Amino acid sequence: MREPLIQFKNVFKRFGDNHVLNGTDLSIYKGEITTIIGKSGGGKSVLLKHIIGLLEQDSGTILFEGRPVSDMKKAERKALKRKCSYMFQGTALFDSLTIYENIALPLKETTSLSDSEINRRVRDKMDQLDLHGIDDKYPSQLSGGMKKRVALARALVTDPEIILFDEPTTGLDPIRKKAVHEMISDYQQKFGFTGVVVSHDIPDIFHISQRVAMLNDGRILFEGNPVQLAQASDPDVKEFIQGLYINDGN
Amino acid sequence: MLRLSILISPITALGRGATFIVQEMGRIAMFFLRSFALIFSRPFQINKTTQQIYFIGAKSVFVICLTGAFTGMVLGLQGYYTLVKFGSTGFLGAAVALSLIRELGPVLTAIMVTGRAGSAMAAEVGIMRISEEIDALETMDINPLRFLVSPKLAAALISMPLLTALFDVVGILGGYLTGSLLLGISPGVYFMRIETSVIMDDVTGGFIKSVVFAVVIVTICCFQGYFTHTRAEGFGAKGVSLSTTSAVVISCVLILITDYVLTSFLL
Repeated sequence: MREPLIQFKNVFKRFGDNHVLNGTDLSIYKGEITTIIGKSGGGKSVLLKHIIGLLEQDSGTILFEGRPVSDMKKAERKALKRKCSYMFQGTALFDSLTIYENIALPLKETTSLSDSEINRRVRDKMDQLDLHGIDDKYPSQLSGGMKKRVALARALVTDPEIILFDEPTTGLDPIRKKAVHEMISDYQQKFGFTGVVVSHDIPDIFHISQRVAMLNDGRILFEGNPVQLAQASDPDVKEFIQGLYINDGN
Repeated sequence: MLRLSILISPITALGRGATFIVQEMGRIAMFFLRSFALIFSRPFQINKTTQQIYFIGAKSVFVICLTGAFTGMVLGLQGYYTLVKFGSTGFLGAAVALSLIRELGPVLTAIMVTGRAGSAMAAEVGIMRISEEIDALETMDINPLRFLVSPKLAAALISMPLLTALFDVVGILGGYLTGSLLLGISPGVYFMRIETSVIMDDVTGGFIKSVVFAVVIVTICCFQGYFTHTRAEGFGAKGVSLSTTSAVVISCVLILITDYVLTSFLL
Protein backbone atom coordinates (compact mmCIF):
# COMPACT_ATOMS: atom_id res chain seq x y z
CA MET A 1 0.00 0.00 0.00
CA ARG A 2 1.25 3.49 -0.91
CA GLU A 3 2.26 5.73 1.93
CA PRO A 4 0.93 9.30 1.75
CA LEU A 5 3.45 12.12 1.45
CA ILE A 6 1.31 14.36 3.64
CA GLN A 7 -1.38 13.07 5.93
CA PHE A 8 -3.90 14.83 8.18
CA LYS A 9 -5.11 12.71 11.08
CA ASN A 10 -8.10 13.96 13.04
CA VAL A 11 -7.01 17.61 12.78
CA PHE A 12 -9.00 20.26 14.62
CA LYS A 13 -8.69 24.00 14.25
CA ARG A 14 -10.96 26.72 15.48
CA PHE A 15 -10.87 30.50 15.50
CA GLY A 16 -12.88 31.65 18.51
CA ASP A 17 -16.22 29.86 18.23
CA ASN A 18 -15.75 29.05 14.56
CA HIS A 19 -14.69 25.40 14.18
CA VAL A 20 -12.98 25.40 10.81
CA LEU A 21 -11.35 21.98 10.81
CA ASN A 22 -13.39 19.46 12.70
CA GLY A 23 -11.52 16.17 12.71
CA THR A 24 -10.05 16.41 9.21
CA ASP A 25 -8.47 13.26 7.74
CA LEU A 26 -6.74 13.66 4.41
CA SER A 27 -4.00 11.92 2.44
CA ILE A 28 -1.88 13.57 -0.23
CA TYR A 29 0.29 11.32 -2.38
CA LYS A 30 3.66 12.05 -3.89
CA GLY A 31 3.72 13.10 -7.53
CA GLU A 32 -0.03 13.63 -7.75
CA ILE A 33 -2.26 16.65 -7.99
CA THR A 34 -4.89 16.61 -5.27
CA THR A 35 -7.74 19.07 -5.63
CA ILE A 36 -9.68 20.20 -2.60
CA ILE A 37 -13.21 21.32 -3.28
CA GLY A 38 -15.89 22.58 -0.92
CA LYS A 39 -18.07 25.52 -0.08
CA SER A 40 -16.55 29.00 0.09
CA GLY A 41 -15.39 29.85 3.59
CA GLY A 42 -15.31 26.16 4.46
CA GLY A 43 -11.68 26.04 5.57
CA LYS A 44 -9.90 24.95 2.37
CA SER A 45 -7.30 27.74 2.58
CA VAL A 46 -6.88 27.05 6.32
CA LEU A 47 -6.13 23.43 5.45
CA LEU A 48 -3.46 24.51 2.94
CA LYS A 49 -1.90 26.85 5.49
CA HIS A 50 -1.53 23.93 7.90
CA ILE A 51 0.50 22.04 5.31
CA ILE A 52 3.07 24.81 4.95
CA GLY A 53 3.14 25.65 8.65
CA LEU A 54 1.49 29.09 8.52
CA LEU A 55 -1.10 27.78 10.99
CA GLU A 56 -0.80 25.12 13.67
CA GLN A 57 -3.58 22.73 14.48
CA ASP A 58 -5.28 22.82 17.89
CA SER A 59 -5.20 19.03 18.03
CA GLY A 60 -4.60 16.07 15.75
CA THR A 61 -1.53 15.17 13.73
CA ILE A 62 -0.08 16.24 10.41
CA LEU A 63 2.43 13.72 9.06
CA PHE A 64 5.07 14.29 6.42
CA GLU A 65 6.49 11.07 4.98
CA GLY A 66 5.02 9.29 8.00
CA ARG A 67 6.58 11.63 10.61
CA PRO A 68 4.58 14.09 12.68
CA VAL A 69 5.58 17.62 11.64
CA SER A 70 5.18 18.75 15.26
CA ASP A 71 8.00 16.33 16.28
CA MET A 72 10.43 17.67 13.69
CA LYS A 73 13.42 19.78 14.69
CA LYS A 74 13.65 23.38 13.56
CA ALA A 75 16.14 22.52 10.79
CA GLU A 76 13.91 19.72 9.53
CA ARG A 77 10.90 22.02 9.41
CA LYS A 78 12.98 24.58 7.56
CA ALA A 79 14.02 21.92 5.03
CA LEU A 80 10.37 20.91 4.63
CA LYS A 81 9.35 24.52 4.05
CA ARG A 82 12.03 24.88 1.38
CA LYS A 83 10.47 21.98 -0.52
CA CYS A 84 7.12 23.77 -0.60
CA SER A 85 5.78 26.74 -2.43
CA TYR A 86 2.47 28.51 -1.92
CA MET A 87 0.38 30.52 -4.31
CA PHE A 88 -1.95 32.78 -2.35
CA GLN A 89 -5.58 33.38 -3.22
CA GLY A 90 -5.03 37.15 -3.03
CA THR A 91 -1.62 36.81 -4.79
CA ALA A 92 0.31 38.41 -1.83
CA LEU A 93 2.69 40.17 -4.22
CA PHE A 94 4.93 42.83 -2.71
CA ASP A 95 3.44 46.19 -3.65
CA SER A 96 6.72 48.04 -3.26
CA LEU A 97 8.69 45.67 -5.51
CA THR A 98 8.57 45.50 -9.29
CA ILE A 99 7.22 42.40 -11.05
CA TYR A 100 10.75 41.18 -11.83
CA GLU A 101 11.84 41.72 -8.20
CA ASN A 102 8.74 39.91 -6.95
CA ILE A 103 9.46 36.80 -9.02
CA ALA A 104 13.20 36.89 -8.27
CA LEU A 105 12.72 37.45 -4.52
CA PRO A 106 12.74 33.79 -3.31
CA LEU A 107 15.84 33.05 -5.38
CA LYS A 108 17.66 36.20 -4.24
CA GLU A 109 16.87 35.71 -0.57
CA THR A 110 17.18 31.96 -0.13
CA THR A 111 19.79 30.82 -2.66
CA SER A 112 23.35 31.75 -3.55
CA LEU A 113 22.68 31.72 -7.31
CA SER A 114 24.45 34.28 -9.47
CA ASP A 115 22.49 37.25 -10.79
CA SER A 116 22.70 35.88 -14.33
CA GLU A 117 21.29 32.50 -13.26
CA ILE A 118 18.49 34.20 -11.33
CA ASN A 119 17.77 36.34 -14.38
CA ARG A 120 17.64 33.24 -16.63
CA ARG A 121 15.22 31.42 -14.33
CA VAL A 122 12.95 34.44 -13.89
CA ARG A 123 12.90 35.06 -17.67
CA ASP A 124 12.02 31.40 -18.28
CA LYS A 125 9.00 31.57 -16.00
CA MET A 126 7.89 34.94 -17.33
CA ASP A 127 8.06 33.65 -20.91
CA GLN A 128 6.17 30.47 -20.05
CA LEU A 129 3.42 32.48 -18.38
CA ASP A 130 3.20 35.05 -21.14
CA LEU A 131 4.41 37.87 -18.90
CA HIS A 132 6.16 40.19 -21.32
CA GLY A 133 7.14 43.85 -20.96
CA ILE A 134 6.05 44.22 -17.37
CA ASP A 135 9.42 43.80 -15.59
CA ASP A 136 9.47 47.33 -14.20
CA LYS A 137 5.78 47.62 -13.44
CA TYR A 138 4.36 47.33 -9.93
CA PRO A 139 1.58 44.91 -8.93
CA SER A 140 -0.92 47.77 -8.55
CA GLN A 141 -0.44 48.56 -12.25
CA LEU A 142 -1.55 45.08 -13.37
CA SER A 143 -4.95 43.49 -13.85
CA GLY A 144 -6.15 40.81 -11.43
CA GLY A 145 -5.51 38.02 -13.93
CA MET A 146 -2.00 39.17 -14.65
CA LYS A 147 -1.24 39.40 -10.93
CA LYS A 148 -2.36 35.77 -10.60
CA ARG A 149 0.12 34.74 -13.28
CA VAL A 150 2.91 36.70 -11.60
CA ALA A 151 2.08 34.95 -8.31
CA LEU A 152 2.17 31.63 -10.13
CA ALA A 153 5.56 32.48 -11.65
CA ARG A 154 6.87 33.31 -8.17
CA ALA A 155 5.54 30.02 -6.80
CA LEU A 156 7.19 28.02 -9.59
CA VAL A 157 10.52 29.85 -9.87
CA THR A 158 12.22 27.84 -7.12
CA ASP A 159 11.22 24.51 -8.76
CA PRO A 160 9.64 23.23 -5.53
CA GLU A 161 8.71 19.61 -4.82
CA ILE A 162 5.33 20.48 -3.32
CA ILE A 163 3.19 23.34 -4.58
CA LEU A 164 0.06 24.54 -2.86
CA PHE A 165 -2.29 26.49 -5.10
CA ASP A 166 -5.02 28.50 -3.42
CA GLU A 167 -7.59 29.17 -6.15
CA PRO A 168 -4.97 29.74 -8.88
CA THR A 169 -7.46 30.61 -11.63
CA THR A 170 -10.07 32.73 -9.86
CA GLY A 171 -10.55 35.95 -11.81
CA LEU A 172 -8.99 34.63 -15.02
CA ASP A 173 -10.77 34.45 -18.36
CA PRO A 174 -11.53 30.94 -19.74
CA ILE A 175 -8.53 30.96 -22.10
CA ARG A 176 -6.09 31.95 -19.33
CA LYS A 177 -7.74 29.47 -16.98
CA LYS A 178 -7.12 26.68 -19.47
CA ALA A 179 -3.55 27.89 -19.97
CA VAL A 180 -2.87 27.87 -16.21
CA HIS A 181 -4.39 24.39 -15.83
CA GLU A 182 -2.30 23.12 -18.72
CA MET A 183 0.79 24.71 -17.29
CA ILE A 184 0.24 23.14 -13.86
CA SER A 185 -0.35 19.80 -15.54
CA ASP A 186 2.65 20.11 -17.88
CA TYR A 187 4.95 21.12 -15.04
CA GLN A 188 3.66 18.32 -12.89
CA GLN A 189 4.35 15.77 -15.63
CA LYS A 190 7.75 17.27 -16.40
CA PHE A 191 9.05 17.72 -12.83
CA GLY A 192 6.76 15.35 -10.96
CA PHE A 193 5.94 17.77 -8.15
CA THR A 194 3.15 17.13 -5.71
CA GLY A 195 0.34 19.63 -6.09
CA VAL A 196 -2.50 20.55 -3.79
CA VAL A 197 -5.04 22.79 -5.48
CA VAL A 198 -7.98 24.55 -3.89
CA SER A 199 -10.34 25.26 -6.75
CA HIS A 200 -13.94 25.84 -7.78
CA ASP A 201 -13.22 25.23 -11.45
CA ILE A 202 -15.34 22.11 -11.70
CA PRO A 203 -15.15 20.07 -13.90
CA ASP A 204 -12.07 21.64 -15.61
CA ILE A 205 -9.78 21.09 -12.65
CA PHE A 206 -10.59 17.35 -12.63
CA HIS A 207 -8.81 16.97 -15.98
CA ILE A 208 -5.48 17.68 -14.30
CA SER A 209 -6.19 16.10 -10.89
CA GLN A 210 -5.38 12.55 -9.91
CA ARG A 211 -7.30 12.88 -6.64
CA VAL A 212 -10.14 14.99 -5.33
CA ALA A 213 -11.12 15.64 -1.72
CA MET A 214 -14.27 17.41 -0.66
CA LEU A 215 -14.19 19.40 2.57
CA ASN A 216 -17.54 19.92 4.23
CA ASP A 217 -18.15 21.26 7.76
CA GLY A 218 -14.47 20.80 8.61
CA ARG A 219 -14.36 17.16 7.56
CA ILE A 220 -13.34 15.36 4.40
CA LEU A 221 -16.61 14.10 3.02
CA PHE A 222 -15.14 12.45 -0.06
CA GLU A 223 -11.65 11.37 -1.11
CA GLY A 224 -10.92 9.59 -4.39
CA ASN A 225 -10.31 10.10 -8.07
CA PRO A 226 -12.52 12.31 -10.28
CA VAL A 227 -14.36 9.29 -11.73
CA GLN A 228 -15.25 8.09 -8.24
CA LEU A 229 -16.44 11.60 -7.39
CA ALA A 230 -18.79 11.64 -10.38
CA GLN A 231 -20.22 8.32 -9.19
CA ALA A 232 -20.42 9.30 -5.50
CA SER A 233 -23.68 8.40 -3.82
CA ASP A 234 -23.35 10.76 -0.82
CA PRO A 235 -26.21 13.28 -1.15
CA ASP A 236 -24.06 16.24 0.06
CA VAL A 237 -21.35 15.48 -2.51
CA LYS A 238 -23.93 15.07 -5.27
CA GLU A 239 -25.69 18.28 -4.28
CA PHE A 240 -22.41 20.23 -4.31
CA ILE A 241 -21.31 18.92 -7.69
CA GLN A 242 -24.74 19.36 -9.27
CA GLY A 243 -25.03 22.84 -7.78
CA LEU A 244 -21.74 23.83 -9.39
CA TYR A 245 -22.80 22.42 -12.76
CA ILE A 246 -26.09 24.34 -12.60
CA ASN A 247 -24.30 27.55 -11.59
CA ASP A 248 -21.82 27.07 -14.43
CA GLY A 249 -24.70 26.54 -16.85
CA ASN A 250 -23.43 23.08 -17.71
CA MET B 1 -21.74 35.35 47.42
CA LEU B 2 -22.64 38.31 45.18
CA ARG B 3 -20.78 40.66 47.53
CA LEU B 4 -17.68 38.45 47.35
CA SER B 5 -17.72 38.42 43.55
CA ILE B 6 -18.05 42.23 43.50
CA LEU B 7 -14.94 42.40 45.67
CA ILE B 8 -12.99 39.83 43.67
CA SER B 9 -13.79 40.97 40.11
CA PRO B 10 -11.74 44.22 40.23
CA ILE B 11 -8.81 42.27 41.68
CA THR B 12 -9.17 39.68 38.93
CA ALA B 13 -9.29 42.42 36.29
CA LEU B 14 -6.23 44.07 37.80
CA GLY B 15 -4.33 40.78 37.80
CA ARG B 16 -5.39 40.03 34.22
CA GLY B 17 -4.28 43.50 33.15
CA ALA B 18 -0.92 43.15 34.92
CA THR B 19 -0.33 39.71 33.38
CA PHE B 20 -1.18 41.05 29.93
CA ILE B 21 1.27 43.94 30.30
CA VAL B 22 4.09 41.63 31.45
CA GLN B 23 3.40 39.21 28.58
CA GLU B 24 3.28 42.03 26.05
CA MET B 25 6.58 43.46 27.35
CA GLY B 26 8.14 40.01 27.02
CA ARG B 27 6.89 39.68 23.43
CA ILE B 28 8.20 43.15 22.56
CA ALA B 29 11.59 42.35 24.14
CA MET B 30 11.86 39.09 22.16
CA PHE B 31 10.79 40.90 18.98
CA PHE B 32 13.60 43.43 19.50
CA LEU B 33 16.27 40.87 20.44
CA ARG B 34 15.53 38.66 17.42
CA SER B 35 15.45 41.64 15.04
CA PHE B 36 18.69 43.01 16.50
CA ALA B 37 20.50 39.66 16.28
CA LEU B 38 19.38 39.27 12.66
CA ILE B 39 21.12 42.54 11.70
CA PHE B 40 24.39 40.59 11.92
CA SER B 41 23.22 37.52 9.98
CA ARG B 42 24.85 36.97 6.60
CA PRO B 43 24.55 38.10 3.90
CA PHE B 44 24.39 41.64 5.29
CA GLN B 45 21.47 43.66 3.95
CA ILE B 46 23.51 46.71 3.04
CA ASN B 47 21.22 47.96 0.24
CA LYS B 48 18.07 47.71 2.33
CA THR B 49 19.75 49.36 5.33
CA THR B 50 21.04 52.20 3.14
CA GLN B 51 17.53 52.76 1.75
CA GLN B 52 16.19 52.92 5.30
CA ILE B 53 18.93 55.36 6.36
CA TYR B 54 17.77 57.55 3.49
CA PHE B 55 14.12 57.20 4.57
CA ILE B 56 14.58 57.56 8.35
CA GLY B 57 17.62 59.83 8.34
CA ALA B 58 18.06 61.90 5.19
CA LYS B 59 14.36 62.56 4.65
CA SER B 60 14.01 63.74 8.27
CA VAL B 61 16.74 66.38 7.96
CA PHE B 62 14.43 69.21 6.94
CA VAL B 63 11.90 68.66 9.73
CA ILE B 64 14.71 68.22 12.29
CA CYS B 65 16.36 71.48 11.20
CA LEU B 66 13.04 73.29 11.36
CA THR B 67 12.07 72.05 14.82
CA GLY B 68 15.64 72.37 16.09
CA ALA B 69 15.86 76.00 14.98
CA PHE B 70 12.58 77.03 16.58
CA THR B 71 13.27 75.06 19.77
CA GLY B 72 16.63 76.85 20.11
CA MET B 73 15.02 80.20 19.34
CA VAL B 74 12.30 79.78 21.95
CA LEU B 75 14.89 78.58 24.49
CA GLY B 76 16.92 81.71 23.73
CA LEU B 77 13.89 83.94 24.33
CA GLN B 78 12.65 82.20 27.47
CA GLY B 79 16.15 81.81 28.86
CA TYR B 80 17.02 85.45 28.29
CA TYR B 81 13.93 86.81 30.09
CA THR B 82 14.49 84.41 33.01
CA LEU B 83 18.21 85.09 33.34
CA VAL B 84 17.86 88.85 32.99
CA LYS B 85 15.99 88.90 36.34
CA PHE B 86 19.15 87.58 38.00
CA GLY B 87 21.56 89.60 35.89
CA SER B 88 23.03 86.43 34.42
CA THR B 89 22.24 86.74 30.73
CA GLY B 90 25.82 85.73 29.99
CA PHE B 91 24.87 82.16 30.90
CA LEU B 92 22.28 81.95 28.11
CA GLY B 93 24.59 79.97 25.83
CA ALA B 94 25.22 77.38 28.54
CA ALA B 95 21.50 77.10 29.39
CA VAL B 96 20.47 76.63 25.74
CA ALA B 97 23.26 74.17 24.90
CA LEU B 98 22.85 72.01 28.02
CA SER B 99 19.06 71.88 27.66
CA LEU B 100 19.40 70.82 24.04
CA ILE B 101 22.29 68.38 24.33
CA ARG B 102 21.08 66.64 27.49
CA GLU B 103 17.31 66.62 27.02
CA LEU B 104 15.50 68.40 24.25
CA GLY B 105 17.71 67.31 21.37
CA PRO B 106 17.32 63.55 21.83
CA VAL B 107 13.69 63.71 23.00
CA LEU B 108 12.33 66.07 20.33
CA THR B 109 14.32 64.34 17.57
CA ALA B 110 12.85 61.00 18.66
CA ILE B 111 9.31 62.41 18.72
CA MET B 112 9.71 63.94 15.26
CA VAL B 113 11.16 60.69 13.85
CA THR B 114 8.27 58.78 15.44
CA GLY B 115 5.75 61.04 13.72
CA ARG B 116 7.51 61.06 10.36
CA ALA B 117 9.10 57.61 10.00
CA GLY B 118 7.67 55.50 12.86
CA SER B 119 4.06 55.93 11.77
CA ALA B 120 5.05 55.01 8.19
CA MET B 121 6.83 51.88 9.46
CA ALA B 122 3.76 50.76 11.42
CA ALA B 123 1.45 51.36 8.45
CA GLU B 124 3.80 49.67 5.95
CA VAL B 125 4.30 46.55 8.06
CA GLY B 126 0.59 46.48 8.98
CA ILE B 127 -0.50 46.59 5.33
CA MET B 128 2.01 43.86 4.49
CA ARG B 129 0.46 41.77 7.25
CA ILE B 130 -3.16 42.17 6.15
CA SER B 131 -2.31 41.61 2.48
CA GLU B 132 -0.59 38.32 3.40
CA GLU B 133 2.83 39.57 2.24
CA ILE B 134 4.36 38.56 5.59
CA ASP B 135 2.79 35.10 5.25
CA ALA B 136 4.24 34.94 1.74
CA LEU B 137 7.72 35.66 3.16
CA GLU B 138 7.30 32.81 5.64
CA THR B 139 6.21 30.38 2.93
CA MET B 140 9.33 31.35 0.96
CA ASP B 141 11.44 30.63 4.06
CA ILE B 142 12.46 34.28 4.27
CA ASN B 143 12.58 35.45 7.88
CA PRO B 144 10.14 38.42 8.01
CA LEU B 145 11.94 40.01 10.95
CA ARG B 146 15.25 39.91 9.10
CA PHE B 147 13.70 41.11 5.85
CA LEU B 148 11.48 43.85 7.27
CA VAL B 149 12.55 44.92 10.75
CA SER B 150 16.34 44.45 10.97
CA PRO B 151 17.25 46.96 8.21
CA LYS B 152 14.95 49.55 9.83
CA LEU B 153 16.51 48.93 13.23
CA ALA B 154 20.07 49.19 11.90
CA ALA B 155 19.20 52.35 9.98
CA ALA B 156 17.57 53.97 13.02
CA LEU B 157 20.57 53.11 15.21
CA ILE B 158 22.82 54.91 12.71
CA SER B 159 20.49 57.81 11.87
CA MET B 160 19.18 58.84 15.28
CA PRO B 161 22.48 60.00 16.86
CA LEU B 162 23.27 61.95 13.66
CA LEU B 163 19.84 63.58 13.60
CA THR B 164 20.16 64.39 17.31
CA ALA B 165 23.55 66.03 16.71
CA LEU B 166 22.02 68.06 13.87
CA PHE B 167 19.10 69.10 16.09
CA ASP B 168 21.54 70.20 18.83
CA VAL B 169 23.69 72.27 16.46
CA VAL B 170 20.74 73.95 14.73
CA GLY B 171 19.11 74.57 18.12
CA ILE B 172 22.26 76.24 19.49
CA LEU B 173 22.34 78.45 16.37
CA GLY B 174 18.64 79.23 16.94
CA GLY B 175 19.46 80.31 20.50
CA TYR B 176 22.26 82.47 19.16
CA LEU B 177 19.82 84.07 16.70
CA THR B 178 17.42 85.22 19.42
CA GLY B 179 19.93 85.68 22.27
CA SER B 180 22.69 87.49 20.41
CA LEU B 181 21.27 88.92 17.21
CA LEU B 182 17.85 89.95 18.57
CA LEU B 183 18.42 90.54 22.26
CA GLY B 184 22.00 91.75 22.17
CA ILE B 185 24.08 89.21 24.13
CA SER B 186 27.67 89.18 22.94
CA PRO B 187 28.25 86.26 20.52
CA GLY B 188 31.65 85.66 22.11
CA VAL B 189 30.08 85.26 25.54
CA TYR B 190 27.30 83.04 24.17
CA PHE B 191 29.70 80.56 22.54
CA MET B 192 32.39 80.83 25.27
CA ARG B 193 29.81 79.77 27.89
CA ILE B 194 28.83 76.81 25.75
CA GLU B 195 32.48 75.77 25.43
CA THR B 196 33.15 76.02 29.17
CA SER B 197 29.93 74.40 30.42
CA VAL B 198 29.36 71.49 28.04
CA ILE B 199 31.46 68.44 28.83
CA MET B 200 31.87 65.21 26.91
CA ASP B 201 29.59 63.32 29.33
CA ASP B 202 26.70 65.58 28.30
CA VAL B 203 27.24 64.77 24.63
CA THR B 204 27.70 61.03 25.32
CA GLY B 205 24.55 61.00 27.46
CA GLY B 206 22.56 62.63 24.66
CA PHE B 207 23.81 60.07 22.17
CA ILE B 208 23.04 57.16 24.52
CA LYS B 209 19.49 58.48 24.78
CA SER B 210 19.17 58.79 21.00
CA VAL B 211 20.30 55.18 20.52
CA VAL B 212 17.79 53.92 23.13
CA PHE B 213 15.03 56.00 21.52
CA ALA B 214 15.90 54.51 18.11
CA VAL B 215 15.35 51.05 19.60
CA VAL B 216 12.04 52.16 21.17
CA ILE B 217 10.69 53.74 17.95
CA VAL B 218 11.53 50.89 15.56
CA THR B 219 10.57 48.11 17.98
CA ILE B 220 7.21 49.59 18.98
CA CYS B 221 6.19 50.78 15.52
CA CYS B 222 7.18 47.56 13.72
CA PHE B 223 5.69 45.42 16.51
CA GLN B 224 2.35 47.21 16.25
CA GLY B 225 2.30 46.75 12.48
CA TYR B 226 3.54 43.16 12.59
CA PHE B 227 0.74 42.05 14.91
CA THR B 228 -2.02 44.16 13.32
CA HIS B 229 -4.00 41.00 12.55
CA THR B 230 -4.21 40.04 16.23
CA ARG B 231 -6.04 43.23 17.24
CA ALA B 232 -9.44 42.42 18.68
CA GLU B 233 -10.94 45.84 17.98
CA GLY B 234 -10.37 46.09 14.24
CA PHE B 235 -9.41 44.18 11.13
CA GLY B 236 -8.17 45.26 7.72
CA ALA B 237 -7.70 48.96 7.07
CA LYS B 238 -9.23 49.85 10.44
CA GLY B 239 -6.73 47.55 12.17
CA VAL B 240 -3.84 49.25 10.36
CA SER B 241 -5.10 52.70 11.33
CA LEU B 242 -5.42 51.62 14.98
CA SER B 243 -1.95 50.05 14.91
CA THR B 244 -0.44 53.23 13.49
CA THR B 245 -2.12 55.37 16.15
CA SER B 246 -1.03 53.00 18.93
CA ALA B 247 2.51 52.91 17.53
CA VAL B 248 2.87 56.69 17.68
CA VAL B 249 1.21 57.10 21.08
CA ILE B 250 3.07 54.25 22.78
CA SER B 251 6.41 55.30 21.24
CA CYS B 252 6.02 58.90 22.42
CA VAL B 253 5.00 57.86 25.94
CA LEU B 254 7.86 55.35 26.16
CA ILE B 255 10.35 57.95 24.89
CA LEU B 256 9.41 60.25 27.77
CA ILE B 257 9.45 57.44 30.35
CA THR B 258 12.82 56.06 29.19
CA ASP B 259 14.15 59.63 29.08
CA TYR B 260 13.37 60.02 32.77
CA VAL B 261 14.91 56.64 33.63
CA LEU B 262 18.05 57.30 31.58
CA THR B 263 18.46 60.81 32.97
CA SER B 264 18.29 59.51 36.52
CA PHE B 265 21.10 57.05 35.70
CA LEU B 266 23.22 59.48 33.68
CA LEU B 267 23.15 62.41 36.10
